[in-house]
Amino acid sequence: MSDFENLTGNDKELQEFLMIEKQKAQVNAQIHEFNEICWEKCIGKPSTKLDHATETCLSNCVDRFIDTSLLITQRFAQMLQKQSSGGM
Amino acid sequence: MADENYNNGEVITQVRQQIALANAQEMLSKMTEKCFRKCISRPGKALDGSEQRCITQCMDRFLDTWNLVSRTYGNRLEREQNAMQSENALN
Repeated sequence: MSDFENLTGNDKELQEFLMIEKQKAQVNAQIHEFNEICWEKCIGKPSTKLDHATETCLSNCVDRFIDTSLLITQRFAQMLQKQSSGGM
Repeated sequence: MADENYNNGEVITQVRQQIALANAQEMLSKMTEKCFRKCISRPGKALDGSEQRCITQCMDRFLDTWNLVSRTYGNRLEREQNAMQSENALN
């Protein structure tokens, strides 16, 4: 990671720790994003517990959001590729 | 720059504490925003009993939701990793 390049050799422990924490923070930020989106999609009036249908909605929501993101990323890359090869 | 006066353990503990604090703050602000939106439809002179009950339930459901979303994402990451590994094994 370029952010930590200027650390000296015996800071390896620190370097590793920061890299792991950085990855954890990225995963955490991703969970927050999914939570935000799927909360809006699946939760109506808050009740005494999450019912089964809501739980299914939430886990489907996360997986379909990831699928959507992958699909759009792939197709968008194709579009860019086509554009750059067609534009020359 | 080569000053090695600090101790890695101390730095690590401090960074951990700062991360935990930042996470808690993030959770708190998201929870407040979402539960305000769900429970306070028309702000009155005070929070009434049913609004307070709604907020309490909302906080609990928010945490349930967060945990479920986190588990689902974790499972997905694991599945994708396994798929990538078996793909690599084939090549």
